[in-house]
Amino acid sequence: MTIDSGDTAWVLASAALVLLMTPGLALFYGGMVRAKSVLNMMMMSFGAMATIGVTWCLWGYSEAFGNSWHGLIGNPFQHFGLSNLLSGDAAIFGYKAAAAGVPAHGGIPALAFVAFQAVFAIITVALISGAIADRAKYSTWLIFTVVWATIVYFPVANWVFAFDGYAAEKGGWIANSLKTIDFAGGTAVHINAGAAGLVLALVLGKRIGFAKDPMRPHNMTMVMLGAALLWFGWFGFNAGSALGANNTAAVAWVNTFAATAAACIGWLATERIRNGHGTSLGAASGIVAGLVAITPACSSVTPLGAVAIGILAGVLCALAVGLKFRFGFDDSLDVVGVHLVGGIIGTLAIGFFASASAPAAVDGVFYGGGFDQLWRQAVGAGAVLVYSFVCTGLIGLALHKTLGFRVDRDAEVSGIDLQEHAETSYDLGSLGGGGGGLVHAGPAMFGSHTTEAHTTEAGTMSSTTTSSPTNHQGASS
Amino acid sequence: MRLVTAIIKPFKLDEVKQALEAYGITGMTVSEASGYGRQRGHSEVYRGAEYKVDFVPKVRVEVVVDDVDASDVMMVILKAAQTGRIGDGKIWTVPVEDVARVRTGERGLDAL
Repeated sequence: MTIDSGDTAWVLASAALVLLMTPGLALFYGGMVRAKSVLNMMMMSFGAMATIGVTWCLWGYSEAFGNSWHGLIGNPFQHFGLSNLLSGDAAIFGYKAAAAGVPAHGGIPALAFVAFQAVFAIITVALISGAIADRAKYSTWLIFTVVWATIVYFPVANWVFAFDGYAAEKGGWIANSLKTIDFAGGTAVHINAGAAGLVLALVLGKRIGFAKDPMRPHNMTMVMLGAALLWFGWFGFNAGSALGANNTAAVAWVNTFAATAAACIGWLATERIRNGHGTSLGAASGIVAGLVAITPACSSVTPLGAVAIGILAGVLCALAVGLKFRFGFDDSLDVVGVHLVGGIIGTLAIGFFASASAPAAVDGVFYGGGFDQLWRQAVGAGAVLVYSFVCTGLIGLALHKTLGFRVDRDAEVSGIDLQEHAETSYDLGSLGGGGGGLVHAGPAMFGSHTTEAHTTEAGTMSSTTTSSPTNHQGASS
Repeated sequence: MRLVTAIIKPFKLDEVKQALEAYGITGMTVSEASGYGRQRGHSEVYRGAEYKVDFVPKVRVEVVVDDVDASDVMMVILKAAQTGRIGDGKIWTVPVEDVARVRTGERGLDAL
């Protein structure tokens, strides 16, 4: 099988674009929390890049795209350690182009597909972290990322993304039997992460002072930069999902662009009417809501359909973020309101707005296609939602009861950055952290010091390390 | 000697500084402060959630002056800082027992 250089170049570039979304998400989330927990918030995303990056290479890819067992889960041993994939013979065709009636004119190397799907797994896991901001024990979070990906994400990716005869002979049930259209992951990524975020927020409980104390974003410029990077990277996410440099990719690109612009307007208009002002956080949130909603739909609607979906997502998500106060769950950064609700809107909207003139070649309700596609969309969305909710609940409870998933009260009040990472994010005053001095600088012998506590003149701040040979750059900076 | 402390709106700092210089005051200490008086704070809305922000950014200006100048200096600051709208700030004075200039060791009024 020949490898098409143009397709391969686009998929590899898209993979890098999608990887950039996760640091973008870290900025987006990081700016929204208080200054005392920004580092932990960003580290939850960066940690997912590390843990899922390794997990993907070991068994993740194989579990998602190995030969599927009854359409439910890929064979985790078939490509364990990415084995049997290195030769050029392992090239695979852009199936979505073929499905769209565009003749597949070449293939991409299997490892290009591995790279592209790897970064999907990372961003999906990282998305969840926004629901449990300011309070999750970092070690438990890292363990959660691996367990959750293994039990929830990899199987669901198999259901949704693994087409028969593409990466393996047998693919997943949603893609091949149910035939839900989910081009780039409205179900597997956004509904999945949103449902997981909801149940984790319930397991961990509310932050101290939720809905009482001010918890306003500490740095809106970071949020805006993060939203911009997400939008940029999302072109890789959606247009890259064509798995080729072709018309499908171009349609997906423009739809991604149109829906996102419309959603920004929708969110701002909602705020202007409800609160009197369009806010910068509203613009950033509207952008993300639009990106989420168009993700499943970007190959199956026209640009006008994309604008309609974008406006719907902007307005409905702007309303949905208020639900947590009504129902009293602390989904801190609105993973539910934006990703779960946006993912459901986008997945169901295909049933209405799909047009046979788009590459996916399916008509929805509004284009005379009847309700056939709509019920497939609803069943696909519901299946992923329920599976993610139940499994995440069990994983979350198990980790919470054994390892503990929440930092203690003092750490949460004084700031999780200091407790979990022995760092503080900002050193804006000329006094710096204040007092003290360099206590120890590496390289050090392991175990050369055990416990230390420093007191600054401004109050007590103790950093305790057990037996690590780390650099302690001064008492507090 | 007396310490004159003024809490003013941040954007009025330059006018206050110029007025004090014109009066003949040769130095001052300025720091950022936050707080509220009768005007209370303002509200901010994030994703539809409205937060009341009570502590409004202010600037604190401190000047140590001779007893006989204290009342005039207060009025100089007051005129320069006044907008007539709520949140203009407060000015007060307290007695100062002694002052020393660090560079020369001069004491009392000579150190001002």
